[in-house]
Amino acid sequence: MTAIPFTTAPSLRSNRRWALIAAYACLGIFVIFFLFPPYYMLVTSLKTNAEIAELASNPWIVTDGVTFGHYEHLLTESSFPRFFLNTTIVTVIVVAITMVISVLAAYSLARLRFWGSGVLATGVFLTYLVPDTLLFIPLFKIVGWLGLLDTYWSLILVYPTLTVPFCTWIMIGYFGSIPRELDEAALIDGANHLQMLLKVFIPVALPGLIAATIFAFTVSWANFLYPLAYIYSESEMVLTVGTVTTLIKGDVFHWGGLMAGALLAAAPPVILYAFLMDYYIAGLTSGATKG
Amino acid sequence: MADVTLQNLIKTFDTVEAVRGIDLRIPNNEFVVLVGPSGCGKSTVLRMVAGLEEVTSGDIRIGDTRVNDVPPKDRNIAMVFQNYALYPHMTVAQNMSFGLRLRKVAKSEIRDKVQRAADILGIAELLDRRPRELSGGQRQRVAMGRAIVRDPEVFLFDEPLSNLDAKLRGQMRIEIQRLHQQLRTTTIYVTHDQVEAMTLADRVVVMNAGRIEQAGIPDAVYHRPRTRFVAGFMGSPAMNFLDCQLTEENGRTVARLAAGPALPLPAEQAARVRSYTGRKLVAGLRPENIREAASHDGTNSGGVPHDISIDIVEPLGRETIVYFRLGDATLCARVGTEVHPRAGEQTSLVFHPDRLHLIDPETDLVL
Repeated sequence: MTAIPFTTAPSLRSNRRWALIAAYACLGIFVIFFLFPPYYMLVTSLKTNAEIAELASNPWIVTDGVTFGHYEHLLTESSFPRFFLNTTIVTVIVVAITMVISVLAAYSLARLRFWGSGVLATGVFLTYLVPDTLLFIPLFKIVGWLGLLDTYWSLILVYPTLTVPFCTWIMIGYFGSIPRELDEAALIDGANHLQMLLKVFIPVALPGLIAATIFAFTVSWANFLYPLAYIYSESEMVLTVGTVTTLIKGDVFHWGGLMAGALLAAAPPVILYAFLMDYYIAGLTSGATKG
Repeated sequence: MADVTLQNLIKTFDTVEAVRGIDLRIPNNEFVVLVGPSGCGKSTVLRMVAGLEEVTSGDIRIGDTRVNDVPPKDRNIAMVFQNYALYPHMTVAQNMSFGLRLRKVAKSEIRDKVQRAADILGIAELLDRRPRELSGGQRQRVAMGRAIVRDPEVFLFDEPLSNLDAKLRGQMRIEIQRLHQQLRTTTIYVTHDQVEAMTLADRVVVMNAGRIEQAGIPDAVYHRPRTRFVAGFMGSPAMNFLDCQLTEENGRTVARLAAGPALPLPAEQAARVRSYTGRKLVAGLRPENIREAASHDGTNSGGVPHDISIDIVEPLGRETIVYFRLGDATLCARVGTEVHPRAGEQTSLVFHPDRLHLIDPETDLVL
């Protein structure tokens, strides 16, 4: 009987060691796989045009000396700063519109029991399932009819059709997980619906709110199809389309500039994720387990 | 401070009638406990008083005001919930003061009220903590503190102790009692725990299937139940019920228990039930009225001994619960610690007729 602890302990320990080795091996492969593109971009963006064009050179390292010329060119001699500014304006406004609409919609769908609220909640989610490749043609007509073609305001108008349904859905789930007794306590404490939303629901559902914000941010920062379809003037372009259209001239690819532009464009989402990652994960996995 | 009056209160959810006509007047300062099994409508009544459920028909008055259509915040009530319902992102002080802040009460006044409530409840050192850093008992205190600072006319408690462990529940029961003695605020307290009902209430209201079965002081509800339901619900272990027949023997009215002893009724009770002579009735006898034969305290005088075979024994320390069969029925007796009964043993137990309840099986009313 007393022998049991002595035999199980080492086997448990070695079991754990093998599990850890396997986990590290898998994670290592993942890291290499996913960091390969950014690394390749970084290396290419630091090479001179001559080295990039030289077929015999080693593509993995900079051999001819590091240059920041591509970055300099992008930031001082191209419309890149304009694209960056446009993207920031579009994203900030879209995120704001999305969060206002989806928080209010989610609160009413989750808490104000009204006729058809359940069907409506499902309907909101179903609209998210319609792909934007189907939507951009009818939306093109609407945007044209509103006279917004070739301005980034068209994006501010259409991006919420992508972001609002999903963010509403996330927030419905989050608000739904808040115990009803909390609203009742607030009701007795004298809160009206707006106060209840602002002072109880939003603070309690903050992780969900952040998850939704990150989603809306990513969608509006990275969308390619809509700006490609609706915007033609360089001064109105956003990063995704602007970088590609100005740095690919006919069949000439300015690889150094393209890579530098892509890296700079990816920086804000990366920084945002890095800061809010914990909240984001907590938001997406809420309700999976209790407590 | 105010009276609360419920007049023919009815609540229907779709087709289900949850509350079927409640008439109850709760005078100022009274502590009323609504008790009953799950689904009896007690919480629904409380929620209607709070304004969290609409009234289907009937009236609710707090003081002289009919409050049916008054929103919860204007009813001047405070409620303590079963799950505490504390705001998780606020500190204890912020939780307690939330209602006052919404009402734009002056900051200094809020601070004083929160401090006073915290002192009363012994949570002054917890004011800066958040609910997740508190134990269950501390959270419940904060929930009560939130109610106290509002200085309401009526306190509403919805099963506030059912999430606590047995020991803490006992402590909190005493705290709530002390609090009521101190504040004397009219209180409606909902529970399914009859010990809470008996210990806390000025008046117990026993509910069943959406109706009031009986309302009265705890002692009266326990010793003089009006219906079979109340007799069976109040008391733990529950009252024994078995068939009996009322007969006249040697000039005395006797309840002859099925497969059990014949119990001569006290004169006053006999006079009351004489008209039922010859009828089949149900006899209700509490476990403490079936005792061991050789009781040291002399409480066995007037009892009728009967031989039984012990089925199951539950020693509880200060007493022992004995289960035995009488005909088809399993009965329960409470015996002292000086006897040491064992399962399967033949013994004699004494049945005390002076606390026998006779129930008309047709109406389920206690005679």
